[in-house]
Amino acid sequence: MNRNIPLGAGLGLKAEHYDHALACDAEGLWYEVHPENYMVGGPRLAWLERMAERHALSLHGVALSLAADAEPDAGHLRRLRALIERVSPVLVSEHLAWSTWRGQYHPDLLPFPRSDEALQRIGENISRTQDALGRSIAVENPSHYLHLDGHDWDEIDFLTELARRTGCTLLLDVNNVHVSAHNLGFDAAGYLDRFPAQAISEVHLAGYSEDDQAALLIDSHDAAIAEPVWALYRHLIARIGPRPTLIERDGNLPAFAELLAERAIAQATLNRTGALS
Amino acid sequence: MNLSLGQFQDAFVDALYLRPAPALESLTGQAAFAVYRNTVLSGCVEALRANFPSIETLVGPGWMHDVTRAYAQQTPPEDPRLIHYGATFPDFLQALQTSHDLPYLADVARLDGYWCEVFSAEEEPCLTLADLAGMTATDLARGHLTPRCSVRWQWFEPHPAYSLWRVSREDLPWSPEQPWVAEGALLSGDSDGVSHQPLDRGACTFLDACAAGHSLQVASQLAQQRQPDLDFSDLLGRLLQAKAFRPLTFA
Repeated sequence: MNRNIPLGAGLGLKAEHYDHALACDAEGLWYEVHPENYMVGGPRLAWLERMAERHALSLHGVALSLAADAEPDAGHLRRLRALIERVSPVLVSEHLAWSTWRGQYHPDLLPFPRSDEALQRIGENISRTQDALGRSIAVENPSHYLHLDGHDWDEIDFLTELARRTGCTLLLDVNNVHVSAHNLGFDAAGYLDRFPAQAISEVHLAGYSEDDQAALLIDSHDAAIAEPVWALYRHLIARIGPRPTLIERDGNLPAFAELLAERAIAQATLNRTGALS
Repeated sequence: MNLSLGQFQDAFVDALYLRPAPALESLTGQAAFAVYRNTVLSGCVEALRANFPSIETLVGPGWMHDVTRAYAQQTPPEDPRLIHYGATFPDFLQALQTSHDLPYLADVARLDGYWCEVFSAEEEPCLTLADLAGMTATDLARGHLTPRCSVRWQWFEPHPAYSLWRVSREDLPWSPEQPWVAEGALLSGDSDGVSHQPLDRGACTFLDACAAGHSLQVASQLAQQRQPDLDFSDLLGRLLQAKAFRPLTFA
């Protein structure tokens, strides 16, 4: 595939949609996968390699555990590099979170206090990762549910400092900002306005669900993107200009055509802003 | 809260698994902490349901949900590649036999586990029939056949574990004519997917012997001892077709 074509709006790639996704030739379309599902042999890897021949791919990790007080697992990094060499992704990203600790994997993106100690450790972990992979990565802002004491750093300042120290870029998940703003009680638009535009290499959009009992919004990726998130996205793109934008959908999976229609909304926003800039 | 990053993570994991975590009372006292507990546990449960579909067919979704939750609480994943999760789940089911009263359940789970292993196995060189062309019987007898890492086999006493697994996994009806006898199974994977077939007891012995490093001659003798009526030519043909071996060696 031609990797010089600018990335527009992409979709999370699901096995259920493989044939449609492989055949689709929408302009600017790209796909994102979790590399952990493909760090194996067999049909899955063969499937992804066929996809990589036709479409730009992004590898969006969930298990490097950058925010753990431990170095990233050497075997995991080796397997990630091998996968990168096989499918040549245009983007590689991870989360500002932890999931692996003392030899156990807890399948979630877990929070931590943004302390000076954490900044130092995470910066080292990102640098180690980038050295092992031979390329820079993007780091994503997490969703928040808990009021957590012990932060020395504001989240945007923390991410900006990580980018400055390591040369990583930032993946801005607009749904995570909306969900966190609701759950913790801050202004989402204000957060987006302060986010460093020049560091953003990718944007994520997704749907959320509501936990009525706890009055929380959950970053569940199991619904269409909500209008408040679209509004924040338009607001963001109007300020920073077009950026590769991914629509994540993991649960209540609709037909591929429905996801393509949602993607077209994001693509139209990018096209409008691109034409103006 | 005045914890180092590592202390915070130790306490957080304790709290996730409902162990005492007094240092994090300010977090665990919030209703939102349940989001993390639920997400971690449901991630484990969904992975086990995906890896052991035959078990859910046999025990039903309710019991499967309860047993996978219990297993996940006790045995979190060690590898983020969740297709590898549940290596000890069959043993866990075996230890629970008095509660499910299905003596074959653990063996069916073993076959689901083998499916995951061969589905995700790395590609290795493969012995083909053409590689054997021109070799004498003496050469062959001295050779060693090593099973590829994408192959699993087992003989199951005393129940038809392979047939039970196949009808459960493929949602087929159980035939009343199906004899309740011991069975073996062979599962083999490649980039196209997983294939499987029943395997005689002598064939399982043959593969065990090959994996143990015996020569083809010794392995075939052991197989014939276990099953005197074994059709060895037919077996070798089937195993080659199933891409069961790496290229022949003569070490």
